[in-house]
Amino acid sequence: MNKTLPQEYYKQLEEIQVADFVLIELTLYLDTHPTDTQAIEQYNQFAHYSKQLKEKFESAFGPLQQGSLNRTPEFWAWKSGPWPWQV
Amino acid sequence: MWSYEKKLQYPVKVSTCNPTLAKYLTEQYGGADGELAAALRYLNQRYTIPEKVIGLLTDIGTEEFAHLEMIATMIYKLTKDATPQQLRDAGLGEHYVAHDSALFYNNAAGVPFTASYIQAKGDPIADLYEDIAAEEKARATYQWIIDMSDDPDLNDSLRFLREREIIHSQRFREAVEILKEERDRKKIF
Repeated sequence: MNKTLPQEYYKQLEEIQVADFVLIELTLYLDTHPTDTQAIEQYNQFAHYSKQLKEKFESAFGPLQQGSLNRTPEFWAWKSGPWPWQV
Repeated sequence: MWSYEKKLQYPVKVSTCNPTLAKYLTEQYGGADGELAAALRYLNQRYTIPEKVIGLLTDIGTEEFAHLEMIATMIYKLTKDATPQQLRDAGLGEHYVAHDSALFYNNAAGVPFTASYIQAKGDPIADLYEDIAAEEKARATYQWIIDMSDDPDLNDSLRFLREREIIHSQRFREAVEILKEERDRKKIF
């Protein structure tokens, strides 16, 4: 399965992983520092950025999250791989 | 509720088929200080923990499931091409006869997961101290696995997971301070 995936898949996926890592890290930090306005600003900035990256990824490679748009009206794309352990 | 994302938290690459390493990694899958134990421990404790740290337990507990998926991916990739003979040579003969190449929640020695690995004492400080200890034990286990591993790609992912244990431990220590501060403030009349 992984042999058919283009380099672009890995590149875009990694960009998302990087952005979402910032979000996870800031989430835990803000859970114990809830009034750090600079961290909140940074969080919102990356939440926005992550959303943009996911839009781009999903239009090329199919849905990444439950609740995402199914862009192929004739086929339910969510059930298709690759699944995370297959790439 | 939880919602699934079709991606790993951090990429997992493996260099070669290596069932011996997969066997060691099951310690972090179904072992006492592994990712399953961590996720179940925190997400169960959060119902009775003081309001101020519910968010932290929820978010760290959720991240542990992402780590569990990374460990599962490592074990899967390290064993998917292994022959029964290779599994036997790696000490996984007993696993093979019971599970074929399926993953199972047991530790590196094959002992099945049990809820007695985790605690919920209802005392917030006692629970958080247990959580800190759990993170430190998991960090140490990652280090011992890295010491046993000669797979550079895998070690990169293992180092990421080891660093996350440190962050979680530090956040739990902050949570203890937050609760102590709140407790001490209540004593002032």
